[in-house]
Amino acid sequence: MSKKVYPYIPNSEASVQAEMLKFIGVDSIEELIADIPEDMRMKRAMKLPEPFCDEAGLARHVGAMLGKNKTARELVCFLGAGCYNRYVPAVVDEVAGRSEFLTAYAGEPYEDHGRFQAMFEYQSMMAELLDMDVCNVPSYDGGQAVGTALRMAARIARRKKALVPRNVNPDTLAVLRTYLQPDVEITYVDYNSKTGRICLDSLKEKLTEEVAAVLVMNPNFFGIIEEKAQEIADMAHAKGALMVAYVEPSTLGLLAPPSQYGADIACGDIQALGLHMNYGGGVAGFIATKDEPRFVDEYPSRLFGIAPTSEKEWGFGDVLWERTSFANRDGAKEFVGTHAALWGIAAGVYLAAMGPQGMRELGEAVVQRLGCLKKALSGVKGLSFDRFSGTPFQEAVADFSESGRTVAEINEKLLERGILGGYDLGKDFPELEGCMLIAVTEQTSADDIKALASALDEILA
Amino acid sequence: MNNLERMKRFHQAKWNEPIIYEISEPGARAVLVPGPCCECTSAEEAVASLPSAMLRKESPKLPEVAQLQLVRHYNHLSQENIGVDGNIDIGQGTCTMKYNPKVNERLAGDAKLSEMHPLQPEGTAQGILELFYRTGELFKEISGLDVFSMQPGGGSHGVLALASIVRAYWRDMGEENKRDEIITTLFSHPADCAVPIVKGYKVTIIQPDAEGYPDIEAFKAAVSDHTAAIFFTNPEDTGIFNVRIKEFTRIAHERGILCCYDQANANGLLGVTRTVEADFDMSFFNLHKTFGAPHGCGGPATGMVAAKKELRPYMPVPLVEHSPEKGYYLDFDLPKSCGKIKSFWGIAPVVVKAYSWIMSLGAEGLREVSRVAVLNNNYCMKKILAIRGASISFPNHRPRVEQARYSWQKLKEDTGFGTADVQRCVADFGTHYWSSHEPWVIPEPFTIEPSESYSKQDLDDYTAVLAEIARMCYEEPEAVRRAPVNSTVHHIDHDYFDDPAKYAITWRAYNKKYKGYFEPR
Repeated sequence: MSKKVYPYIPNSEASVQAEMLKFIGVDSIEELIADIPEDMRMKRAMKLPEPFCDEAGLARHVGAMLGKNKTARELVCFLGAGCYNRYVPAVVDEVAGRSEFLTAYAGEPYEDHGRFQAMFEYQSMMAELLDMDVCNVPSYDGGQAVGTALRMAARIARRKKALVPRNVNPDTLAVLRTYLQPDVEITYVDYNSKTGRICLDSLKEKLTEEVAAVLVMNPNFFGIIEEKAQEIADMAHAKGALMVAYVEPSTLGLLAPPSQYGADIACGDIQALGLHMNYGGGVAGFIATKDEPRFVDEYPSRLFGIAPTSEKEWGFGDVLWERTSFANRDGAKEFVGTHAALWGIAAGVYLAAMGPQGMRELGEAVVQRLGCLKKALSGVKGLSFDRFSGTPFQEAVADFSESGRTVAEINEKLLERGILGGYDLGKDFPELEGCMLIAVTEQTSADDIKALASALDEILA
Repeated sequence: MNNLERMKRFHQAKWNEPIIYEISEPGARAVLVPGPCCECTSAEEAVASLPSAMLRKESPKLPEVAQLQLVRHYNHLSQENIGVDGNIDIGQGTCTMKYNPKVNERLAGDAKLSEMHPLQPEGTAQGILELFYRTGELFKEISGLDVFSMQPGGGSHGVLALASIVRAYWRDMGEENKRDEIITTLFSHPADCAVPIVKGYKVTIIQPDAEGYPDIEAFKAAVSDHTAAIFFTNPEDTGIFNVRIKEFTRIAHERGILCCYDQANANGLLGVTRTVEADFDMSFFNLHKTFGAPHGCGGPATGMVAAKKELRPYMPVPLVEHSPEKGYYLDFDLPKSCGKIKSFWGIAPVVVKAYSWIMSLGAEGLREVSRVAVLNNNYCMKKILAIRGASISFPNHRPRVEQARYSWQKLKEDTGFGTADVQRCVADFGTHYWSSHEPWVIPEPFTIEPSESYSKQDLDDYTAVLAEIARMCYEEPEAVRRAPVNSTVHHIDHDYFDDPAKYAITWRAYNKKYKGYFEPR
């Protein structure tokens, strides 16, 4: 039998190998790895499943497995909680799928000029959305972004404590906790059980001279706008602490950007800016600040800057390369590596495609649908939206505790009717047992809302 | 015309592409947003219900472009960027640039995955959970380890996961405060040094001995009861396989120290030797490097973490498990876990691509990947070392595994041109070259990693380009000084990147600092 052909390995051909070995001056490839000690060798072939050598077989196998999933496109989706079922314009996929972007890597300005410019433009558009002058190349996700933002704040303030409100996303908080350990200590600030917003009394009590930063998530995990954000920033600043705002960037066509209520550092996740949910894999973090060395010097991430060339073109390169762990491995402030640059390019395309008017309309479409949802569900017996009085933006807390049913039961019944119900808040907030976080996006239709209302009518009857 | 002559005639796409703000036209739109879903609530009414102080006063200054103009802009930018699909990408050593099969891209981009919400009930996510689980099963054999997490978003993030597991382990052992040091080596990846510092460890760096191996005597002197773990890359970024690696792990284990293997450079080892044969307790693998997922201009990626079963309690939550009753599920029940490393469950599309890549090759194919990666590397090495002015680090040590770190020190001494000059020249030949990351203890370094994807002709062409540039350095210094001339842009003034008064990280910062073309305000 002839040797297998490997479509991805051109030099697997025997005569080519023989020619190359002859050039090197050895008889076999084994001679080239002869120094790997015998007692470290695998003594047998790896036992892996039979491969699908032909592409058709592979596509059938993987396709069949993924076919077992039920997607938010097949179901009606009311899940949010940090990942949003937004429409991704075709132009975004078109650009992010271009193999020149997809298969490039770290690159150098002379060969990969386009990548540098695309990232510079992403940074520029994010900066406008956030009303800041500096924004980084995307980090892994919002969790890491807020972790880094608080670490930056700790270094700037030369203090070791971060105040974190209890109304932040628990998934983000879990990442944040891993990221801050062991050098930055988290102190929790309560939320107000009536409004759902940060409790200012609790904040006042915890806000000491040891606090480096106060975190505000806006809108917070309950979907509620932290409308006292300026007051919180003033309280933080009065104690010499920074204010870090974790914001949902897709809301900022309509809502005030964080700089306008006193945030020193803005951070968050760009998933909602034109990235597919990808079962949670469409995430990437951003950090933005003022253009002052005390902030810029503290970024661990790559920052692409603009520069002149000898022929008066736009040139690009890494700003303050020596800051990064690529340049300064044991002296860096944090670390940098392969993060999520392609998602940054995609989000840049999204922002340019939407423009100022599109981002405003997106915000309007979302709040309009949330209003419609609350109206449509107002007649459902045993359900109320009165748990919190704060104003929600794109998701709202639905309280089913009067219905005698658990959220899990309700969600199960909804799923039987093809509806992905909301997030069960009782899992992370025992005091919110019976409450569900229901999200809408611009993709939510009147029919979707009607379907949810009539399904709930049936289930709770 | 031979290939070198052909490559000399290369000219990269040059569009003098404006910054997107320069093509903005007021009122232009590339996409429209759905209007109200029904008439029961108007957008105005809904907006009026929001706290007015929190409404945006002025629209964000985003560009306004119609769809064709937007597509054209980004297509121009993509053409000014070459990537693996456009060039012989072997000059980006330590990164394992290889071909990324198109079918995998299609599979990972399918709506059956892309439109899934991470918090969907597990019953509706059996396909992707099964794929995560099966990928772990494949890695049991590839690494010899027992438990897996696909959460980390890249190699450095994998190192963060390892360092977090180390901390969780020593906390559980009651020695978190005593075990406060981590040992790494000079030629391990920068993250192996930078990440442990973030996790609060003191880091000791073992220098190489004369042969390029981490100095074992220095290591013996460095280990103590304060050592929490060792973080070793093997083969190191020099392409040298540490043949004494088991002695290091033995010495460490005698003192109870955890051993963490950085397998970012594993492309030459598949099916030859594994994490378990080197007696490491944990390791990470880059699914976007060795396992064929594309690099996406710097991510999204996956730095999958693997460990021995004894360390399962400390792994990041959740782990993907399977039982006959529950099917595939997310297991959060690890009370001693190091916590969560990443949002949700990791970058599922990258896992799909890596799974598909492994399943298209099988055991024999993976072995062939490594055999050819090693062959290609040693073939290149012989060609490069024949070039005037080029030399290799630790010259007594040959062959190398999957890559090698070279030096233009002789070229620099002879001609005054070093690795940065070569880099500018390479851009004129339609291919890519990188000058290596730290440590720059090897003077004028460059790192070449041919991987298995490139043909003999590719390797001949690439090394011929390096030889031609070396010749130019000796014989045509003016041409070297002028380079690049065929690239998208000419010589960039790097002074603009380190001076706060001059750097501009966004277009608005540029406009605040400059009036016309870099004319200070």
